[in-house]
Amino acid sequence: MKLEVKNLEKKFKNFTAVKNINFHIDNGQTLGVLGPNGCGKTTTIGMLLGLIKPSNGKILIDDENFENLNREKLLSQFNFASPYVELPKKLTVKENLEIYGRLYGVKDLTKRIQEISYDLNLDFFLNKKTGELSSGQKNRVSLAKSLINNPKILFLDEPTASLDPDIGDFVRKYIEDYKSKNKVSILLASHNMKEVERLCDQVIMMKEGEIVDRGTCQSLIDKHGRNNLEDTFLKLARNKNELE
Amino acid sequence: MNWNKVYGLSLRHFYLIKSSFPRILDLIYWPSIQIFLWGFISKFFTLSSTYYNNTVGVILSAAILYDFLFRSSISYNMMFLEEIWSRNFTNLFISPIKIKEIIAALTLTAIVRTLIGMVPAALLAIPLFGVSIFKIGLPLISLLLSLYIFGITLGLLVTSGLIRFGPSFENIAWASLFFLAPLGCIYYPIEILPEWLQIIAKILPLVHIFEEMRNILINDIISYSQIILAITISIFYFMLGVAVFYISYAGAKVRGTLINVGE
Repeated sequence: MKLEVKNLEKKFKNFTAVKNINFHIDNGQTLGVLGPNGCGKTTTIGMLLGLIKPSNGKILIDDENFENLNREKLLSQFNFASPYVELPKKLTVKENLEIYGRLYGVKDLTKRIQEISYDLNLDFFLNKKTGELSSGQKNRVSLAKSLINNPKILFLDEPTASLDPDIGDFVRKYIEDYKSKNKVSILLASHNMKEVERLCDQVIMMKEGEIVDRGTCQSLIDKHGRNNLEDTFLKLARNKNELE
Repeated sequence: MNWNKVYGLSLRHFYLIKSSFPRILDLIYWPSIQIFLWGFISKFFTLSSTYYNNTVGVILSAAILYDFLFRSSISYNMMFLEEIWSRNFTNLFISPIKIKEIIAALTLTAIVRTLIGMVPAALLAIPLFGVSIFKIGLPLISLLLSLYIFGITLGLLVTSGLIRFGPSFENIAWASLFFLAPLGCIYYPIEILPEWLQIIAKILPLVHIFEEMRNILINDIISYSQIILAITISIFYFMLGVAVFYISYAGAKVRGTLINVGE
């Protein structure tokens, strides 16, 4: 599934959170969205998920305008995971997966829960309450929820934030494998530059609601004469009035 | 309407109820406390005045019916607040569920929560005070239906406020019912109110419901036109509540408040 954003803008009263941005994610590709806190990443994801109405611009899914497509049909092909959005803590992992499986209209749900539990090593805490899990376990459950419907477009907001290196590596490896097997298009917002280098085919850098640069990780590093993506990010984040 | 999704979302609340004994206790506790409190107040009136010969039955029945309304509304609000408190709000609203399916799931689950609390309380009133709301007979079903629809409507209006203003609107959820109580003529006839307030009271279903309850219990007369009027007004407000919910949802998308609810 291809996602394209054209002249997307969001204004809140006197403040413009996202200013006329353009990008696309081709089928099976991963786009990294980088930028300092408050740069408009969350607002952009909110618009793509249909939670925020854009002030201007278009979102195209396989060249069709998002506004003209059936919302429920479209959302059944999307999913989202973020450490800042949680699942009900008093319910067990299995109950949460069952509920979201039903909301997403997953067929053969029992089999799907078994599959995903096995893949993400959830088996031994499947009947434990979600609120009693460690950060790493919660993170894997959130990822499982985001993959329960085998989405065609996956939105990941800092998927490995606050994870130890071992679990962080497990999650990144899993996303890599999942992507290669399922041809899913991914939008990844992250502050972990190593993660972005490892997972993303293309990157856009945002600052104050605008895209200030874009390209492959290596092309950006080369263009800005830095040794790695982290230094490139710091240069772009700290420089004023730098536009692509 | 996809009933599988409605069932899925309802399950989310059933699991929550069944997983927590304090939650079940809380559902039973408050209605029972109400019954105790009003039972003793009613008994006092009966002993103190021959004028209120039938007071225990009437006032306690009114208390039970009013609590049914209260529980319906609060159950609805609580389920919505649970989504905010558990920071599950975004997950819910990005799933392919329709707004009408969310409303249907909350409406269906609210009746279960309400009955868990109200059935023990209503049964408790029989041996303790010799008062049974079941004496109202078959019209009781219509009165409860009308109260339930109106309770859900208040819940819808409060949840619309939660979507629009965020968790800061939470206190309104608790206060909404108390605001309407004086106008509802729950424990006294409408004639007690000043004339200008009577006009306002008559456009609420509560007056017609509680007047009819007194009519049945005191005069043993059933006025079907009064019952139909109560249900019609309740349905009208329910439709209004649904419209307000949709407008709030659309407004929240413009203001971007849906993505921050719970934070």
